[in-house]
Amino acid sequence: MSQKTILNETHRALGAKMVDFGGWDMPLSYGSQIEEHHAVRRDAGMFDVSHMTVVDLHGARTREFLRHLLANSVDKLKVSGKALYTCMLNEQGGVIDDLIVYFLTEDFFRIVVNAATREKDLAWIEKQAAAFAVKVTERPDLAMIAVQGPNARAKVQSLLSPAVREAAAKIGKFSATEGDDLFIARTGYTGEDGYEIIVAEKDAITLWNKLKDAGVVPAGLGARDTLRLEAGMNLYGQDMDETITPWEAALAWTVSLEPGRDFIGRAALEKQKAEGAKRSLVGLVMDEKGVLRHGQRVATRQGDGEILSGTFSPTLAKAIAFARVPAGVTDGVEVDIRGKLVPVRLVKYPFVRDGKACEGI
Amino acid sequence: MNEIPGDLKFMKTHEWARVEDNGNVTIGISDHAQGLLGDLVYVELPSVGDEVKAGNACAVVESVKAASDVYAPVSGEVVAVNSALGDKPETINEDAYGEGWIFVVKPSNLAEESEELLGPDDYAESIEDDEH
Repeated sequence: MSQKTILNETHRALGAKMVDFGGWDMPLSYGSQIEEHHAVRRDAGMFDVSHMTVVDLHGARTREFLRHLLANSVDKLKVSGKALYTCMLNEQGGVIDDLIVYFLTEDFFRIVVNAATREKDLAWIEKQAAAFAVKVTERPDLAMIAVQGPNARAKVQSLLSPAVREAAAKIGKFSATEGDDLFIARTGYTGEDGYEIIVAEKDAITLWNKLKDAGVVPAGLGARDTLRLEAGMNLYGQDMDETITPWEAALAWTVSLEPGRDFIGRAALEKQKAEGAKRSLVGLVMDEKGVLRHGQRVATRQGDGEILSGTFSPTLAKAIAFARVPAGVTDGVEVDIRGKLVPVRLVKYPFVRDGKACEGI
Repeated sequence: MNEIPGDLKFMKTHEWARVEDNGNVTIGISDHAQGLLGDLVYVELPSVGDEVKAGNACAVVESVKAASDVYAPVSGEVVAVNSALGDKPETINEDAYGEGWIFVVKPSNLAEESEELLGPDDYAESIEDDEH
């Protein structure tokens, strides 16, 4: 039996095509996923992301605990409301999950983890938290709506009380504020500006409908996937998992190896760094017609790799992908599409940022 | 759901076939199939002159979501392909039974093979069975 968010009936009433996603019954699209994608790139769209798991961490030693738990350094979080993207690793340096952590007060941090990894994440966090006397509280009473696009912030702000509107307008990227019973974070998974809003379940439907009346277009998981891949953002389970280290998933930028902090997985990461990772994650663009897809074989002079996330990019009108390939591959890459080897270009991503194709794409 | 035109025959795998006045058979995918696939972004067409065999894959339609083989409802020689789909694959989403046709076959064994295909009502029923 799949789980339902508080907005499930709302999606169905809008005619959404529903799919199972990590055990949740979620909207794939409400009509055309390409139109939903463009709505986010050009105006404002919203996603029900209430399936994601909000976990509150309380205790005097919470920061110390997170220094140990996370590969990125929570010491970068100095101002209340500031957020950090990070991996949570096992002892082998493999990625248990990627998550966002918000610093609220010294004895209260909030993290948001993936839906499909909820149980193992909670078990892992609770196991590690015991030694630091940190209390781990899941918040199933909260829903979450991501409002994304160049006009997303203005549309959200139009619904807020004057004081909260001012606060929401002022927060910088990767920061959050609270007010009007909302937790408003300037974060997202689309490569556009916008907010992710955490709201009490009981208020979520009203907020969704108000946003819709303000002209925010409902968008499903289909558009969310094409938007995040264009934006060069990894998807857990597809682009990395417990057998893959951040070095092999192009997530080195999220690992902080500052001296004196012994986080879980650090020793394994340092060893692999010294030896050199044998595989790397690269961005691919295909100029020929067709679609790159998960699981396709990638042929290089250094050996085979495979497509991790692959899709048709609505913004670029061509196929884009992440692939894991032998380290050192820079060109001469082909993808096996139904037995035919098609040349692709290895590119620096993101592919798209703020509505436009990035240079060199 | 759009009305299914009465002059079409169907495969259970959602291809349609229309016998034209000149005896050739026009082939496409059903409106139901395009709905399942979602926004189409690429169509791999057969080549004019290809010999196709009933039941064999001879084209591919790809949406953002998935790639799907198109099977030949009848055997014969491909005599035309809808090249316009190269630039506008979404035509299949918009008009699956008309402008969204995929290719035309000059059939070699039509009388026998068309017996294997479903009429519009039987096809409509097979879709409903899928959904329950």
